[in-house]
Amino acid sequence: MATVVTRVRRSFSTHWYAWAMVLPVVIVLAVLVGYPLGRGVYLSFTDANEANVGRTIGVNRIPATYQFVGLDNYWKVLSGQEGHFYSRLTWTVLWTASCVLLHYALGLGLALLLNRKVRFRALYRVLLILPWAVPAFVATFSWRLMFNEKYGVLNALLTQVGMDPVDWLGDATLQKVSAVAVNVWLGVPFMMVAILGGLQSIPAELHEAAEMDGASPWQRFRHVTLPGLRPVSGTVILLGVIWTFNMFQVIYLLIGQGASSESEILVTYSYRLAFQGVRDYAGSATYGILILSLLLVFAVFYRRLLTRQEAATR
Amino acid sequence: MRRGISVAAVVGVLALTATACGGGGDSGNDGSKAAEDPGSVSGTITWWDTSDATNEAPAFKKLVKDFEAKYPKIKVDYVNVPFDQAQQKFKTAASTGKGAPDVLRSDVGWTPGFAQLGYLKDLTGTPALDKSEDFLEGPLKNAAYQGKTYGVPQVTDTLGLLYNKELFQKAGLDKAPATWQEVKDAALKIKEKTGADGIGLSPDSYYSLPFLYGENSDMVDAAKKKITISSAASLKGVETAVDLVKSGAAPKPAGTDGYNALKTDFKNGKLGMLIDGPWATKEIFGGDAYKSRENLGIAPIPAGSTGTAGAPVGGHNLVLYAGSKNFDASYLFARFMTESAQQESVSNAVGVLPTRKSAYSQTVLADPVRSAFHDALAKAHPRVPIPQGGDLFTEWLQHYTKILTLKEDPKAGVDATAKAWQSALLKDYGVEE
Repeated sequence: MATVVTRVRRSFSTHWYAWAMVLPVVIVLAVLVGYPLGRGVYLSFTDANEANVGRTIGVNRIPATYQFVGLDNYWKVLSGQEGHFYSRLTWTVLWTASCVLLHYALGLGLALLLNRKVRFRALYRVLLILPWAVPAFVATFSWRLMFNEKYGVLNALLTQVGMDPVDWLGDATLQKVSAVAVNVWLGVPFMMVAILGGLQSIPAELHEAAEMDGASPWQRFRHVTLPGLRPVSGTVILLGVIWTFNMFQVIYLLIGQGASSESEILVTYSYRLAFQGVRDYAGSATYGILILSLLLVFAVFYRRLLTRQEAATR
Repeated sequence: MRRGISVAAVVGVLALTATACGGGGDSGNDGSKAAEDPGSVSGTITWWDTSDATNEAPAFKKLVKDFEAKYPKIKVDYVNVPFDQAQQKFKTAASTGKGAPDVLRSDVGWTPGFAQLGYLKDLTGTPALDKSEDFLEGPLKNAAYQGKTYGVPQVTDTLGLLYNKELFQKAGLDKAPATWQEVKDAALKIKEKTGADGIGLSPDSYYSLPFLYGENSDMVDAAKKKITISSAASLKGVETAVDLVKSGAAPKPAGTDGYNALKTDFKNGKLGMLIDGPWATKEIFGGDAYKSRENLGIAPIPAGSTGTAGAPVGGHNLVLYAGSKNFDASYLFARFMTESAQQESVSNAVGVLPTRKSAYSQTVLADPVRSAFHDALAKAHPRVPIPQGGDLFTEWLQHYTKILTLKEDPKAGVDATAKAWQSALLKDYGVEE
């Protein structure tokens, strides 16, 4: 114990300037992240909603009547009593997996193409990065117009070639397919750029050496390119999973608040709890904490997996 | 001696009540000035207008100018808030007390909910509700919650059956259908003779109400504390709507933006009939099929199998935020905006329906559209006066859309809706079979 104290003291006296420089960040983070997080955790242990939190509005004084209910909310959600958690979780996981898989595969393919010496390479790069530069909500609304059953361009094309129009955003399965398509369109450029960066950091000598040794293109890809990409891939996949898991705009704006109950992912459902009807602060906070915990668990295991792989290849 | 004490106590209590009634009297914000000396009221108030920014808002902005000219000491901050965001935006602002407007144009369906949460000022007996006996009964009922009036009815509306007279003529129809059965026959005839679709049914849950009312039913029975959406009568109403789609009388609506697609078709003469309200007429008159305004026919909502026809009373109230710093100016503003003369001028400018009997002047009624909807209003059905009234539509929307696009069985849909309402919104209600 005493050693810890002395160590902290020594570290403080020698590195006090570092502490001083970090302090503003710590304070800002505490206010912007720590407080809302703490508040969320607290609310998830209560039955607070819009009607029972205390408030004073001019002449109307309403006392707080919400109560501490312990783990009740979590129990209701996890035991399936609340009824929506597991179906939403399944779809969220499916959504994340399919999106990230497609993001990565398409991003890798495009990056490999762009890494070769072709004419107008710079132009292609700019064009392919374009979807990423368009704000997500603008892109989503444009897609929504294209998916429109009656006046959308997709159905116009289908009818041109003599097929029946499809109710893209009305049918539960097609809704999901459409949402994945839009999100893939939005997310591929980032993957492409990140992987392209990774590709360019692989020394050309390695490829040359492999070629000299008589390795086939597939062998070179498998044993030179992929291992070289590992650090980049690990990071972008982790980021991709977190972003897609919480991808609010695409689901919410594309499918709208109407016929979307089955296509809701956990975040949009949590939003619905918080902002529809009499706002359910406690329920929404519970979902928020559960989402955070799921992602934390995933990140920890994923990192561990990566380090183990790295150790194995070394 | 004991009597002495009780007299003292009574006097003391009275004194306390009297001061409490004075509302603290700190800033003179009890609204008495508006009644006694309106000219002396000063300050700035904010008004959130939720009317359509291109079609309707200019008329209201002009009224705001007139108001400021009449009361030069009061300044009004006009803010146009999109209708579909206003409910949440107001709730957020009102619950935190930051940035809420003094006056809000609130949908009639939101008003009881806001009142229950304590966000609104009770307007009973205040100068805001001037000559309340002049208001139409339906809109005034829609502004009340638990015996108190929380809003000043500003505009009202109801649904009617809009039809394309030219298509009717081509199909050999001489009058508007009066029951859903006649609608079906007429629609099939239109489809057969002209190739245009028969009747447009919006998949939005609000548009299901005429079918429920037509069977003498409703979404809930507030007096009996019963959810009636899944009752036999309601189901029959929903099935009437489904039958129109299944028989081909109505095109299958799109699950997303279905209402807009139907309106576009109707505008362009590709649809014979449409269930809609007066707010849609301005846009419809912009369409190719209605270059001659004569071509638009408006009839009351068709009746169900019981012979009764009912359309919901919609519309907007002006409500006052309970945390307003300037009730005096807000009262004057709400009163001015809902006076007969102002309602008349807005009605003439944008075609909405006034809420005051005295505002239905010759010029207002000379317009066939407003006169037709005025007739329809006489039979219109007030909405359930419960705080959850506006929220019921959200869950029902999901199922009604699926039912109408033939993706869900009607019985399963209404049962699921009833169950969801009972578990989330109406916990102390029973479900009527």
